[in-house]
Amino acid sequence: MAGLATSSTEMDLDRPNIDEYLTVESIREAPKKLHLRDLLDISPTLKEAAGAIVDDSFTRCFKSNPSEPWNWNIYLFPLWCLGVVIRYGILFPFRVIILVAGWIVFFAAFSLVHFLLGEHNKWKREIERKLVEMICSVFVASWTAVIKYHGPRPSMRPQQVFVANHTSMIDFIILEQMTAFAVIMQKHPGWVGFIQKIIVESLGCIWFNRTEAKDREIVARKLREHIQGVDNNPLLIFPEGTCVNNHYTVMFKKGAFELGCAVCPVAIKYNKIFVDAFWNSKKQSFTMHLVQLMTSWAVVCDVWYLEPQYIRPGETPIEFAERVQDMISVRAGLKKVPWDGYLKYFRPSPKLIERKQQIFAESVLQRLEEK
Amino acid sequence: MGNASSMLTQYDIEEVQEHCHYLFSQQEIVALYNRFCQLDRSAKGFISSDEFLSIPEFSLNPLSQRLLKMVDGLNFKVFVAFLSAFSPLATVPQKIELIFKVYDVDGKGRVTFKDLMEVLGDLTGSFMSEEQREIVLSQVLKEAGYSRDSPLLLEDFMKVLCKPGVTMEVEVPVD
Repeated sequence: MAGLATSSTEMDLDRPNIDEYLTVESIREAPKKLHLRDLLDISPTLKEAAGAIVDDSFTRCFKSNPSEPWNWNIYLFPLWCLGVVIRYGILFPFRVIILVAGWIVFFAAFSLVHFLLGEHNKWKREIERKLVEMICSVFVASWTAVIKYHGPRPSMRPQQVFVANHTSMIDFIILEQMTAFAVIMQKHPGWVGFIQKIIVESLGCIWFNRTEAKDREIVARKLREHIQGVDNNPLLIFPEGTCVNNHYTVMFKKGAFELGCAVCPVAIKYNKIFVDAFWNSKKQSFTMHLVQLMTSWAVVCDVWYLEPQYIRPGETPIEFAERVQDMISVRAGLKKVPWDGYLKYFRPSPKLIERKQQIFAESVLQRLEEK
Repeated sequence: MGNASSMLTQYDIEEVQEHCHYLFSQQEIVALYNRFCQLDRSAKGFISSDEFLSIPEFSLNPLSQRLLKMVDGLNFKVFVAFLSAFSPLATVPQKIELIFKVYDVDGKGRVTFKDLMEVLGDLTGSFMSEEQREIVLSQVLKEAGYSRDSPLLLEDFMKVLCKPGVTMEVEVPVD
């Protein structure tokens, strides 16, 4: 319905199609005379509420599904114990050493280049890019990541953005090790924020703040500026806006799709047998998440670089976003869900309740006329 | 059983089942427990209003505030008892009783004109004025033989709603 207008001052669901998903059960077929029981019978509304309490498709997207424990009998258990010893006692320290060594080299080289070479020295950017790719490879090695890339490698051209589904911050690292992307990211606190500031800045990143409403316009402008620049790194955007558990995809925000340039979809699917890469930011800090990855056997995933898409004539950015979401979901074997990922942080817009109320009120008034 | 991270024992399941008058199977109770633990993020033993409202479909329900008064802070046993009215095995009188309780949210045992106005207000929002709601309710009450000055009791709800009955069923997903 065209009634849901987006305003930049509200946290709105800019998705009309969500109305199809919410059942409106109070529509009567033909207006009949109104009786007391029609007003007393609130059972359809109660049913919807109870249905939502019992199970809802939004919460399902963010559930970390624990895998079946396989160490349950007398033979498997000692094997598992041995595995734990190897993972925590041998692999983990080894990986930490690699990581620390990598960081030391990186910081040394990066500081040298950053402070010694001049501001606009063209070598500076090249070297910084290569260094970032290197540290990402170090990270990737520290999880023994087995990553299979499918499809042509992203090229550095203007007028293109890359979009990918989002499971954890490591998505960025996995993609970054192959190509130095610039990203648009939410600023994080702690040591992650520090790294973001120093290193990721050199790639040409754009910051946003979920909690700032006016932010959208500023960010849209920055995005447009970035893709014009010939020299800028290709831009990577995660249009879901939040981490999802790699079984579902939530609504792709239209921001990336209304820039008037090519959109190159990237699909990422993690193999859960080895580790569940979903970063449940409500349950774990990023540090704990990394430790969990480093004490598992491996991170196994597939990355598909899909064909660049352009907006079709007569297609709205929202429809374009949905089309690309379909492409990525099908490629990675994920289920599509129309909810906005930001509902994790904000309440839904009251406009949707108002729609239901309006339908019911009109039906009551109409039936009141019938005699 | 209060600690959400512990598993339900067979004894717990039977206790809950008895409390909800056997309207849910044991499997459904286990599934509901997993759901309860998922919603009760801080493992307090009950689900707070905030946690209910984080379910977008629930928060979009016009009666969510009224229902929150009934479900906020319930422990698992009472939570299941509340949901039992939605079981396919629940009888029509049991369902009507729940509807009565939603109207009579402060538990006085009768539903006054004010309660009826409040619920109709939740369902129609700003699309009907107070006067319009008063007129509608007075009219239908009068036509059914009631007056707006005397409150409705559970028997009245039963009489009005029992024919042709009420279908209000929810399926508990059991994996």
